[in-house]
Amino acid sequence: MSDLNAWFGTNLVLRDVSMTAQPQAVTAVIGPSGCGKSTFIRCLNRMHEEVRGAGASGKVLFDGQDIYGPDVDPVDIRRRIGMVFQRPNPFPTMTVLDNAVAGLKLAGRMTRPELRERGERALRAAGLWEEVKDRLGEPGGKLSGGQQQRLCIARALAVEPEVLLMDEPASALDPASTLRIEELIEELKEEYTVVIVTHNMQQAARVADWTMFLLSGEVVEHGPTRKIFTQPDDKRTEDYVTGRFG
Amino acid sequence: MARTAIQLDPNTGPPAPRRRSRVGDRVFKGASATVAVGLLALLALLLGDLAVGGARAFAKFGLGFITGRNWNPVFGREQFGALPFIFGTLVTSAIATVLAVPVSVGLAVLLSEVHSGWLRNPLAVFVDLLAAIPSVVYGLWGLFIMKPVFDHRVEPFLSATVGKVPVVGALFRGNPNGGDLFTAGVILAIMILPTVTAVTREVVATVPRELLEGAQALGATRYETLRMAVLPYSRSGIVGATMLGLGRALGETIAVSLVVGNGLGIGASLFKPGYTIPAVIASEFREATNVGVHRSGLLALAVLLVVIAFVMAALSRLLLRRSVRLMGGSATVAAERAAFQVNG
Repeated sequence: MSDLNAWFGTNLVLRDVSMTAQPQAVTAVIGPSGCGKSTFIRCLNRMHEEVRGAGASGKVLFDGQDIYGPDVDPVDIRRRIGMVFQRPNPFPTMTVLDNAVAGLKLAGRMTRPELRERGERALRAAGLWEEVKDRLGEPGGKLSGGQQQRLCIARALAVEPEVLLMDEPASALDPASTLRIEELIEELKEEYTVVIVTHNMQQAARVADWTMFLLSGEVVEHGPTRKIFTQPDDKRTEDYVTGRFG
Repeated sequence: MARTAIQLDPNTGPPAPRRRSRVGDRVFKGASATVAVGLLALLALLLGDLAVGGARAFAKFGLGFITGRNWNPVFGREQFGALPFIFGTLVTSAIATVLAVPVSVGLAVLLSEVHSGWLRNPLAVFVDLLAAIPSVVYGLWGLFIMKPVFDHRVEPFLSATVGKVPVVGALFRGNPNGGDLFTAGVILAIMILPTVTAVTREVVATVPRELLEGAQALGATRYETLRMAVLPYSRSGIVGATMLGLGRALGETIAVSLVVGNGLGIGASLFKPGYTIPAVIASEFREATNVGVHRSGLLALAVLLVVIAFVMAALSRLLLRRSVRLMGGSATVAAERAAFQVNG
């Protein structure tokens, strides 16, 4: 992606951000609150523009295609680039299974057994199957917070996206659930390209292969995680990862 | 992780109460309790008076007051059976609800989900203005303008088309001339539209952003987002809004009495004249004396109307309770509030 700019109204949030996310790897985006991390990740599947007054310009190449191109339908993009949010947001009135296959139902006609099978596969991939296999008919809102978040991950995985975006997926969860999600991210990168926003630096260090440091809407540094955390090129990166500010 | 010691000083008890605010609290508590109890007493008094007033009619006709189809206030031949009025009240309100709710939900979604567009604000103002028009104006308009159009165009058209369909068609057959249940139902629909729209809009506005985004991020189109996230979440609230509208329709008097035709018939056809409880009370209260039981009959009708409204409110709460178990959230709160207002 190159020269990505994004704004809310007259407030420019991202300035000329350029980066490349490696396939089958986890890229973490870190930075202090308000630096534009969430805006950045939401630009990658065109969710940013759903907020009133928000907009973006620049190029985001995905499989060689600019997702901000003139005849690109954001709906198609979102089916290929899945997203998990900060707060678990299962559909409260749908059952666990229906939540998992909600995206598949949108994508097209599938028989009930097919849906059930794909739902099971997604729930297994999200590491939730064993816990909910006897509760598939319960409303999604009845699960615990960590389970709800994994349900949301299952929901995103069920449509078999190519990229998975995660916006602080563990920030509303307790440490045990967080650990579970991190293990899951580790497994997911076998198959998916993952971009994760986090303001927990230990988390970035634990799960990411690549790390990008954003400050005031600009990329300060982007490189292999080990390098960013041990021998950063930029003084500001060093100050941030060692906890001197932020 | 940093350790923070929180130290409690054993000598510091709870802070000394500030005298003034406690007096203020007490005064406020007393005042609000008085008003609350007074309101309940007023309601009890009202219902009690109605019941006492209607007791003679109930005593004379018994259950026949509810099941009887004949209403004759002429002294000496007095006969009071309220069924035609109950029927007319329920039918006109049902027509109004069936017509108004889908339109209202559509409007509410349009007004709250559509971000931009020149239509949004004028439309919102227009819907609110509909609520501000006095009901007698609706009635006059309905009588002199809408009714002729319905008699000569709309109802003959419905007879010729929907009227041919088996079963449902029975509703739309019959002589279209004169005031009738259908025309009254349509007027009522227009009148309750702003109420139902306003409440539904509030409810739709409480759908959390995260839920909308969850659907959008899965690649849901606008319509799919509506079906996946907005409507399921708002369902209980929409039930509440419907009940609020229904409550208004049940009690509406003037507009209905002008166009409903004031006939005692009970039948399948919506094109026959009907009569409603509020309409008959409004048109007969002047002649109703205590010589016979006419006045008592009207008071008993009022009791019936209150009972119908209570039953509807209770039903809506039952309906809501089912969805409340699924989820909490402010949509439910708004709905409950709406359901309560049906009582008032």
